[in-house]
Amino acid sequence: MQLAREELEQAYKQMKTIREFEEHLHREIMTGSIPGFTHLYAGQEAVAVGVCENLTEADFITSTHRGHGHCIAKGCDVIGMMKELYGKADGLCKGKGGSMHVADMDVGMLGANGIVGGGPPLATGAALAAKLDGKGSVAVSFGGDGSCNQGPVFESMNIAAILNLPSIFVYENNRYSEHTHCDYVIASESIASRVEGFGIHTVKANGFDFFEVHEVMKELIAKAREGNGPCAVEFETTRFYGHFEGDPQNYRAQDELKNDRENNDCITIFKDKVTEAGLLSDDDINKLDEEVNSLIEESVDQAKKSPLPNPEDVTTDVYVSY
Amino acid sequence: MTEKTYREALTDALFLEMRRDENVFVMGEDVVGGTGSPHAEPGFVGGVFGVTGGLHEEFGLERCIDMPISEAGIAGTAAGAALAGKRPVAEIMFCDFMGLCLDQLMNQAAKFRYMFGGKATCPMVLRTTYGAGMNAASQHSQSLHPLVTAIPGLKVAMPSTPADAKGLLSTAIRDDDPVIFFEHKTLYTISGDVPDGEHLVPFGKARMVSEGDDCTLVATGRMVSFCENAAQALADDGITCDIIDPRTTSPLDEDAILDSVEKTGRLVVVDETPPRCSFASDIAALAAGEVFSSLKAPIKQITGPHSPVPFAKELEGEFVPSPTKIRDAVSEVVNFK
Repeated sequence: MQLAREELEQAYKQMKTIREFEEHLHREIMTGSIPGFTHLYAGQEAVAVGVCENLTEADFITSTHRGHGHCIAKGCDVIGMMKELYGKADGLCKGKGGSMHVADMDVGMLGANGIVGGGPPLATGAALAAKLDGKGSVAVSFGGDGSCNQGPVFESMNIAAILNLPSIFVYENNRYSEHTHCDYVIASESIASRVEGFGIHTVKANGFDFFEVHEVMKELIAKAREGNGPCAVEFETTRFYGHFEGDPQNYRAQDELKNDRENNDCITIFKDKVTEAGLLSDDDINKLDEEVNSLIEESVDQAKKSPLPNPEDVTTDVYVSY
Repeated sequence: MTEKTYREALTDALFLEMRRDENVFVMGEDVVGGTGSPHAEPGFVGGVFGVTGGLHEEFGLERCIDMPISEAGIAGTAAGAALAGKRPVAEIMFCDFMGLCLDQLMNQAAKFRYMFGGKATCPMVLRTTYGAGMNAASQHSQSLHPLVTAIPGLKVAMPSTPADAKGLLSTAIRDDDPVIFFEHKTLYTISGDVPDGEHLVPFGKARMVSEGDDCTLVATGRMVSFCENAAQALADDGITCDIIDPRTTSPLDEDAILDSVEKTGRLVVVDETPPRCSFASDIAALAAGEVFSSLKAPIKQITGPHSPVPFAKELEGEFVPSPTKIRDAVSEVVNFK
């Protein structure tokens, strides 16, 4: 644990912001005020934040349908995101993207993605662009255990390997591809063992522990920046909610979620570690919690007040010029 | 002006655009050829149809990238690189292989700008070949421009002459939207005058191939010359035609087509695809909806049948619209009572 106090505060604040963002959505979706399909990231925060705290705005990420955490961790404006999820005209994507397509080119966030394995080919392209530019930027593709079974993901790993690209393939194994267990849908012993077959340096790590994520990624990302080619990580993690909001989750063990919340909550683990080590106090944590809560409240307040899109804008932004 | 083949005109455009903008690079299967071979120097292929030949000598293997046989990977890598500020020109050897990369075109490249609220651009070109005429059978002969023309967010170009091949490809590379660029594989060897130096042909502006009074013929790619052949024969019977080559099916120069149909009162659309939900049916619907009162005869669509493209010469010949079929269709509408 060699992080400075500001870095610890930043990491906690980011994880907590994701958690509260998702908890708010979980409550709000029940009221019917959030349109469409929503897939919550709560439980996996240590991965998104542990990865992205090693990135700059010049680096790229691609995400999945479960993308809110990656977006916040990469620096997307939280208020703009909340407005987007409420389908408002001044949302980050003008109400045209919604939960599954939040993106912000200005911070290198190349989009959440409705296609689970849609991101890795794009991140491979961004990594190629980074290599051609030669400025040391990298591209990270986030994917789940479900995405690892789509063919374009295999093609991307092979391309990244043969072209020696600064690509980092992050696999967040939360055990379930939609409603089906990873042990059934993944033929190899693990995602990691499969990825190794592409000649890509791969590690398995504990995604419940921010510090492990951060340390593993720090080393891998530094190597990728130096031109050592792609790498991959399989993180063990869990999601606290269903595949989508409304999923009854009857494919999970009876006490699985309770156990995960009690023993595998990455935010609790983080808090315990930093307070026991005397790096942050309970008061420090409480203060950060207050900041996060007021940000989420402010985002909801603004999102509710924001104007609805004008129906005439259905045809704007299809092309740059046409 | 220099006389060049369609293939040479395309290569010319690539050289000029790669010199002009270092963000432009080419990628695809065997676009160089031989990369990594212990037995040969790279460069002996230059694309299986020869369009990217010689580029690597000037621009190096960094900007002329041989890719594995991974169409989804190629299209996705191009889309991602474009999103990150590059101008990739990716080659998919046959448009039939777009089946392997459609997600990256249809769900990714086409939709970034819209989904992301107008804040992203994806200036990629996907060059591909299409069309029957080489007995290449069902998986190497299709004309799939209707498929991508139907997807908002994509632009679709299909040059019919060497000059347009150069001008449209140059425009495609400079365009900030994703462009699917269809090269008819039987046209690579045709020759024609091509402007030297910079030559840009705007998208959405049809080429008036010939002018006449009795019927409007609309066709793209190889079918344009078939229409010209038919029109020459019809001229002997005293029938003259407007022949319109839209050049790009998206955006579409609707005005050029509608103005012509208003003038001639008759429309024959020619396309070497099956008939259903096709470019031909699209143009027919456009004219029927907009200039119905000008029509003196039913609109005719000359297309292939509702079948895959066959292999044997006799069958393939039957599939592809012929100048004779076009001539007969024009005679029929002109003589309609």
